[in-house]
Amino acid sequence: MSGAVAVSAWWTPLAVVLLGLFVWAAAALDGVLTARAGGTHRGAALVRPVDATVRLLRQRRVVTLSSDRPLWRIGGAGLLVAALLMLAVTPLGHWTLSDLDVGVVWFNAMDVAVWALVWLTGWGANSVHPLVGGYRFLALALGYELPLMFALTAPPIAAHSLDVGVIAGAQGTVWNVVWMPVAFVVYCVGVLAFSVWGPFAAPIEPDIAGGVRADLSGVDRLLFEGGRLALLVAGAAFAVPMFLGGGSGPLLPAWAWTLVKTAALVAVLVWLRRRLPVLRPDLLLEVGWLVLLPAALLQDLLVAVVAVWVR
Amino acid sequence: MLVDIVFWVLALLAVATAVLVFVVDSMARATYALALSFVAVGLIVLLLNQNYAGVITVLMMLMEMAIMAVYMVMFMGMNPALMPMSMVHSNRVAIAVAAVTFVLLGGGALLVDWPTRRGAPPADLTAALGQALMGPQMLVMIAFSPVMVATIIGGVVLASHRSRYDRFGDDLDRRPPRDPARGGVGR
Repeated sequence: MSGAVAVSAWWTPLAVVLLGLFVWAAAALDGVLTARAGGTHRGAALVRPVDATVRLLRQRRVVTLSSDRPLWRIGGAGLLVAALLMLAVTPLGHWTLSDLDVGVVWFNAMDVAVWALVWLTGWGANSVHPLVGGYRFLALALGYELPLMFALTAPPIAAHSLDVGVIAGAQGTVWNVVWMPVAFVVYCVGVLAFSVWGPFAAPIEPDIAGGVRADLSGVDRLLFEGGRLALLVAGAAFAVPMFLGGGSGPLLPAWAWTLVKTAALVAVLVWLRRRLPVLRPDLLLEVGWLVLLPAALLQDLLVAVVAVWVR
Repeated sequence: MLVDIVFWVLALLAVATAVLVFVVDSMARATYALALSFVAVGLIVLLLNQNYAGVITVLMMLMEMAIMAVYMVMFMGMNPALMPMSMVHSNRVAIAVAAVTFVLLGGGALLVDWPTRRGAPPADLTAALGQALMGPQMLVMIAFSPVMVATIIGGVVLASHRSRYDRFGDDLDRRPPRDPARGGVGR
């Protein structure tokens, strides 16, 4: 029942490189799946993320008339920062960048920051479609955030701690996902939602000309798209200590297991994008509050009863 | 030393962004200047080793300001919120009230005899704070929450222009209800 060991801040660049690799891999996998569905050449999909990065870096920035430039840039670039700040409290095996005793709350605060960032990206362009997209995201957020919060509550109740390292260490042979599957599913729904991914992509859909990202170009678009994937990766990485037993597993060292589990969950989340239809934003509120929220609360109750019983 | 620098930077940021709220001419900028001010205050609370209270302040304030953006369009007729507009009204009275309050609170803080510390700070400050707030007053808190929820629901019901008779018909027997948009669970 001990937390992870905080390493020196000089390891931060390594975390950034790792996040970059995962984002590239997620983008490549998405490209391969798209190519397979479309019947085009799959090999090209692997280099497409690099290709797109270079193209966007060279592309000229388009600026809309009387846009709110500071807010627009903060919103677009902020997603990546939020993802990195989530990873700051996510242990890699036995090591963590920050051994914050309220790491779970910190993660929650960062995913709430995404509300502001996506809306600001939509607002800043001073253009109709991005603004509609921004409000679509807030409509989704009102539906998914409370179930996500209560799903995040279950593992800390079981571990009697909000420290992510302690929660990872408190799971013995039985991972949290085994006896709190509802919380895990609701959590994954939340990750998809705050990454504006798959069924929750309504804010960036073609029916409103690309929504939030309609007027983003060049490096701004690169940061926004990279930021979405980074949030997906950070959400998956955070699920490992919370639900998937942290670094525990046979043969491989703890850090390797953490990476393997993260990669597996990222792959599933990326794959889901092509498997689930996009949800209409006005439908999620009732689903969130009448189905997901009670389910997450019942899960919390069950976990609390077991936690008190065992103690 | 480092803590001092961080404190002063955050304190100046909190005050500067709070002033900006009244200087800028856009609802969005005012809203998020206020959010930034609160975030700076939340981070100052982290410096007091009140990790839970600090992080939860950041969380709640960001969420609150995002919801403010929803209200901004919901409740402002003809959407002036989307156009440049002044962020102040009744400013003479407001300035007077603010000045008097500042002098009163600032003077109080400087002139009052602060008590000396008795005993040592507890190991877990957050737990101690939680005990002090919620321990003896748990009954009050439990009684309070339904009242607060009832107030919120009552407020929404009074503000909404559609009642249950609009939804379910005069005899409340229309199923499914007539709503402008269908919900997500088949109602």
